[in-house]
Amino acid sequence: MTALPAILEMRTITKEFPGVKALSDVSLIVRRGDIHAICGENGAGKSTLMKVLSGVHPYGTYTGRIFFEGAEVQFKNIRSSEAAGIAIIHQELALVPQLSITENIFLGNEPGRFGIIDWAAAKRRAKELLTWVGLRDDPDTLIKNIGVGKQQLVEIAKALHKDVKLLILDEPTAALNKSDSEHLLDLIVELKGKGVTSIMISHKLNEIEQIADAVTIIRDGRTIETLDVRAEGVDEDRIIRGMVGRSMESRFPDRTPNIGEVFFEVKDLVVLHPQVSDRMVCKHSNLYVRRGEIVGIAGLMGAGRTELAMSIFGRSYGTFVSGQIIKDGKDIQIRTVMNAIDHGMAYVSEDRKVLGLNLLDDVKRSVVSAKLKKISKHSVVNDAKEHDVAEEYRKSLRIKTPTVDEGVSKLSGGNQQKVVLAKWMFTDPDLLILDEPTRGIDVGAKFEIYGIINALAAQGKGVILISSELPELIGLTDRIYTIFEGEITNDIATSEAEPEMLMRSMTSTKKRVAR
Amino acid sequence: MSSISDLRKMFGGGTSAGRQFGMVFVLAAILLFFNWRTHGLTLGSANMIQLAAQYSYILILAIGMVMVIIAGHIDLSVGSVAAFSGIAVALLINDQHLPWPLAVVAGLLIGAVIGAWQGFWVAIVGVPAFIVTLAGMLIFRGANQYLGNSTAAPVPAGFQKIGAGYLPEVGPDTGKNNLTLLIGLVLILALIYREMRLRSVQSKLHSTMAPLWVSLVKLAILAAIIGYATMLFAGGRPGTSIPISGLILAVLVVIYSYIARNTIIGRNIYAVGGNGMAAKLSGVNTRRVNFLVMTNMGMLSALAGMIFVARSGASGAQDGLGWELDAIAAVFIGGAAISGGVGTVIGSIVGGLVMAVLNNGLQLLGVGSDRVQIIKGLVLLIAVALDVYNKNQGRPSLIGFMTNRFRSGPQPVAAVPVGSASEELPVEAEVHS
Repeated sequence: MTALPAILEMRTITKEFPGVKALSDVSLIVRRGDIHAICGENGAGKSTLMKVLSGVHPYGTYTGRIFFEGAEVQFKNIRSSEAAGIAIIHQELALVPQLSITENIFLGNEPGRFGIIDWAAAKRRAKELLTWVGLRDDPDTLIKNIGVGKQQLVEIAKALHKDVKLLILDEPTAALNKSDSEHLLDLIVELKGKGVTSIMISHKLNEIEQIADAVTIIRDGRTIETLDVRAEGVDEDRIIRGMVGRSMESRFPDRTPNIGEVFFEVKDLVVLHPQVSDRMVCKHSNLYVRRGEIVGIAGLMGAGRTELAMSIFGRSYGTFVSGQIIKDGKDIQIRTVMNAIDHGMAYVSEDRKVLGLNLLDDVKRSVVSAKLKKISKHSVVNDAKEHDVAEEYRKSLRIKTPTVDEGVSKLSGGNQQKVVLAKWMFTDPDLLILDEPTRGIDVGAKFEIYGIINALAAQGKGVILISSELPELIGLTDRIYTIFEGEITNDIATSEAEPEMLMRSMTSTKKRVAR
Repeated sequence: MSSISDLRKMFGGGTSAGRQFGMVFVLAAILLFFNWRTHGLTLGSANMIQLAAQYSYILILAIGMVMVIIAGHIDLSVGSVAAFSGIAVALLINDQHLPWPLAVVAGLLIGAVIGAWQGFWVAIVGVPAFIVTLAGMLIFRGANQYLGNSTAAPVPAGFQKIGAGYLPEVGPDTGKNNLTLLIGLVLILALIYREMRLRSVQSKLHSTMAPLWVSLVKLAILAAIIGYATMLFAGGRPGTSIPISGLILAVLVVIYSYIARNTIIGRNIYAVGGNGMAAKLSGVNTRRVNFLVMTNMGMLSALAGMIFVARSGASGAQDGLGWELDAIAAVFIGGAAISGGVGTVIGSIVGGLVMAVLNNGLQLLGVGSDRVQIIKGLVLLIAVALDVYNKNQGRPSLIGFMTNRFRSGPQPVAAVPVGSASEELPVEAEVHS
């Protein structure tokens, strides 16, 4: 075995939070120059392990030893790990939106003397770094004016400026569209050629298969195994088996569609952008949903999927210009979210922490929050009913929480999403719009959520499913609309849909692409 | 489940429960401390009655303020609004010869209209409440002086009752105020009824229930406290009792606690402050909620202003100066979060009482107002700082943390992981070679 020396070794790391053992005896060895993936379900302890490594959880708050470049290290904070050459790029980017690219790259690390910044030098260096990461934007551009993909590149440039030896990326492509993701993955490979070792936490198993050299699987705070991707021919199924502890024959539960007549229609919907009033976010959109049907909406980031969904759901986005919403043959005038809920519509938002949940609430209050009327008499909420309802959903959706009195902020992403689903199921909707319902959720919880979606359709409800993952759309839906720049560009029966064909409709306005 | 976690439940659970629970102990401690230092003067009938009358209007403001703060706003104008309403009511009685009960209704209306005006700017136009009420603070202070020509306006004796009045003496001569005794008795009975109801609901829900002795001990302690307070308030100099203003406060506390905890509008206030975007997408009319809390604050400000005017016998230009700060301090000491979504009525009352007892006790000890202010400022700072510190440490709060220890049983010990076949891992083998 031609051995590269290990750049990092973490030995028997144990980290406890009050009442929870987040990591127990986790070991991790990363070879120099590797791209080392870490995967595991949400709450398995991946992020905690990386926080231990980068000094967010300082030495002394965990047990075990860390060796970096052959020497034992005891980081007191992020600064000391950065000084050693370890940089971590978090899921939530740590950039200041109101500052320029250059200012962000050098934030906390400004070149110059006696506190006076040498902007000329900074700009020169910024250009160099940007060329390296393949970002062609002007370094004076403000961060808020560039997309998430480019922001990610700025973060990497910032790390490179600090002479990083080990780069940790926490779900780097979670918020990126396909082309940005690919660019980022290429960059990580390129950095590897230049001697930068990377640790990548990812839920996207195809990416791991594509670029990683090794993968460590963590489950329930323990190391399950480390696989050599290159040598052992590891594929997605192999990783999934390690993550969930069993092999998953199918990633999508079986379903026999039972589709009825059309009951919901959107006709000629025109909506303008809330700030830029001459920009249309919905360009004469038409769509329909049949009873028991799961309809997909495929589009790249920024294509206007969420805008369309929110515009339908009580005009909660942009400026409504014209259009009709027809349900059960009647033109229903929906002006507010309240109207929409009363007409049996539900919208599970894209970002559950920002739009879906009040993180200060407990599970039971969250579950009933969209239809308090249902458990109230004379505007007084019935606590006992609230408890019963929440308990019912806890059981039927298998929400993992000790009690329904637990705060939702303490649940894992998958369970939070189940709470959001419960909240909308409680409103007895006929039509559910699900916007990226499985984003940032581990494989096991995804499977359960797919099951819930299928069950809803089986009850005769219509489901609109927005997703960035084409396999998910193809695996779940009956029919798929593609959307590009606010325009619905195609309407394809899923049985005839292929990823390439969908992608073509998602990237051009030409209807019915000739083959 | 222990008696302590059960007692914590009295304060409604949630993230701020820890601090409120702690504050009850702090309140008891400073009461006992001052009582010791003043040789029993603090917990004397006369002083308690005086304390209740003197701080009732600040505590009424705190009730409105906690609603505003839970919704994620702030109101700096309450002192000015109170002063303006006070003078308006005094003038209505003096110049327009409005009977005083009608004038009280008019005063409440004036307050509601002012609140609606500020609510319009906050909820409909979207100006931050800090700015709207900073403007309101100037506008209504000025309006008070304009109306009153910067002089005082006296109010009639009937009106003075709501601020300086006591319950009448009725029934047999017991040496105590009989109506106060009756109220105390009713309270204790209500408490017992509530506990019984809670237990029956809990057993119906099969939710974890405290053992019977815990309920009994809790009831005994609370009944003893209420009984003691009743004797204090009833046992003052003849003709005095629990003050009318204190009674108004107590009724408001019950009503608003109920609204905050048990009604849809109460839930909506928490939802808007906790996550406004999520609330909106759940069908909550956030504008209406914001408008209502501001309107309500205006009305309670007017009530506080009228009680103060009634107590001092005349409306003046300096009424209500600095009240907003006392009310806001009470709310934050009582466990509310500046970012909204957290807080309770009871907590704010306890917070306000901590400040009131501190003020009163230090005055009885002859500490000058200069040093009293310094101490009050430090108490506010430390109370909130402790909470922030403990939140950063991932604990609910200092005293919440101590009580947590009682609550959580022994943690299940995680099994030692089976050595996951380290020989199989190529990387591991290399390091050892």
